[in-house]
Amino acid sequence: MSLDDFLLAFFSLDILREAWPILWQGLRMTLLLSLLVVPLGLVGGVVLALLSTVRHPWVAWPLMAWVDLFRALPPLVLLVFLYAGLPFAGLEVSAVGAVAIGFFLNTGAYYGEVLRAGIESVPRGQMEAARSTGLTRGQAMAFVILPQAVRNVLPDLISNTLEVVKLTSIASVVALPELLFQARQAQSVTYNATPIMAAAVIYFLLLWPVVRLLSRLENRQLVARG
Amino acid sequence: MGVEGVGVEGASMTRATSTTQAAPTLVGRMRPPPRAGGGNPIVEARGIHKHFGPLHILKGVDLVVAERELVFVIGPSGSGKSTLLRCLNRLEEPSGGSITVDGIDLLDRRTDVNRVRQRIGMVFQSFNLYPHMTALGNVALALRKVQGKTRAEAEARARAALDRVHLADRADHHPAQLSGGQQQRVAIARAIALEPRVMLFDEPTSALDPELVGGVLQVMRELREDGMTMVVVSHEMAFARAAADRVIFMADGRIVEQGPPAQVFGAPQQERTRAFLGQVERH
Repeated sequence: MSLDDFLLAFFSLDILREAWPILWQGLRMTLLLSLLVVPLGLVGGVVLALLSTVRHPWVAWPLMAWVDLFRALPPLVLLVFLYAGLPFAGLEVSAVGAVAIGFFLNTGAYYGEVLRAGIESVPRGQMEAARSTGLTRGQAMAFVILPQAVRNVLPDLISNTLEVVKLTSIASVVALPELLFQARQAQSVTYNATPIMAAAVIYFLLLWPVVRLLSRLENRQLVARG
Repeated sequence: MGVEGVGVEGASMTRATSTTQAAPTLVGRMRPPPRAGGGNPIVEARGIHKHFGPLHILKGVDLVVAERELVFVIGPSGSGKSTLLRCLNRLEEPSGGSITVDGIDLLDRRTDVNRVRQRIGMVFQSFNLYPHMTALGNVALALRKVQGKTRAEAEARARAALDRVHLADRADHHPAQLSGGQQQRVAIARAIALEPRVMLFDEPTSALDPELVGGVLQVMRELREDGMTMVVVSHEMAFARAAADRVIFMADGRIVEQGPPAQVFGAPQQERTRAFLGQVERH
């Protein structure tokens, strides 16, 4: 393969120009999906983390089973099951619905574990002080415990979010036209690898600033801990 | 245990501190100076038991605290004095007994514990300030969320409370920017801002460097002069001698001896008390 052939196959400006509208649609869908599944996962995570503070065995055991199940199950398998498996039980789920439910279950479990660690990192005296002034358990959680918990595990939360955004590419298997899916479409139409290359570059440009931010936060935490 | 009714007796001694009144300009300073003779009981705890698994921490403790009384609780570690204090606002659930605070049955199922707790201020050994909020935010939180005041109202009250602990100029500092002594005074402001009927102090100076203790004790002295009812678990014996109406010595989950400081420190009746005071004085 000559250099010209290589450039033509991976970095063709003509192909890029041709494929750009399709890729742009894909990027928008990826961003939309991220804006859907990250908040969903966070909500699920907060609920799981709050449940984890209930020491009752009737809560603790089902909770552990739930979290273990959805952390062990590959998200792609979960998604295919929701989209292609459930119809056999008469439950038709749209592609977006399957993605939303799948991510809620999977990333919720991960966010939940991160937030649980955050809550446990807040000294017990904080809850006692808050309750001693008449705050309810819920108020103490919302205004005193959770803000500190989130701050204590912020790098882990961002790191998890990074994974979630990357993971939205599995929505391509249920034919949602997100960035990877669109790149594959463009590739098969143009018979050229440039669209795939472009998708990779777009992912990188999208996430690299977050990776930098994460490094800085992690370094700062190391310094703060001495 | 012959300790009932001593609340009134205990309060009847003459005060050892000077009762110079500060100018009554601030919230909560309007009350007349404390009377000798004591008033109504604010706290009435009877037959308090507390079990932690196999451990029997409190073995039937009676504690009656009269209005404006300053009761000091001393004793070796593990004697149950902190647990007793934490039972008085139900941070610990007593295993048995009855507790009434300001006429409200604290252990009744129908009692809204969050409402009663506003009447019971508590100060902790480790301050427990909220590190993500300023001093003002720490004091204002319960005023807003529990008492439902507007932000402006809550902050005005919070500033007045910070002023009472001489930290008005530190309102916008975060706890990490304050010394231990200042943090503890903010914690006191957080409690008194709710205008409690009684203040509980759980070893308020034990975590402080020696040079910072004085400022906290000074604030407690001023609270006492303003007529605040106080129950203090502490090892500050000199402060107890000077300011307490009554000293209670606890050991092994029981009240061993109590009376005016002059009596408990000067002429302890029980061997346990003498042994404990002897140990403390050797330090």
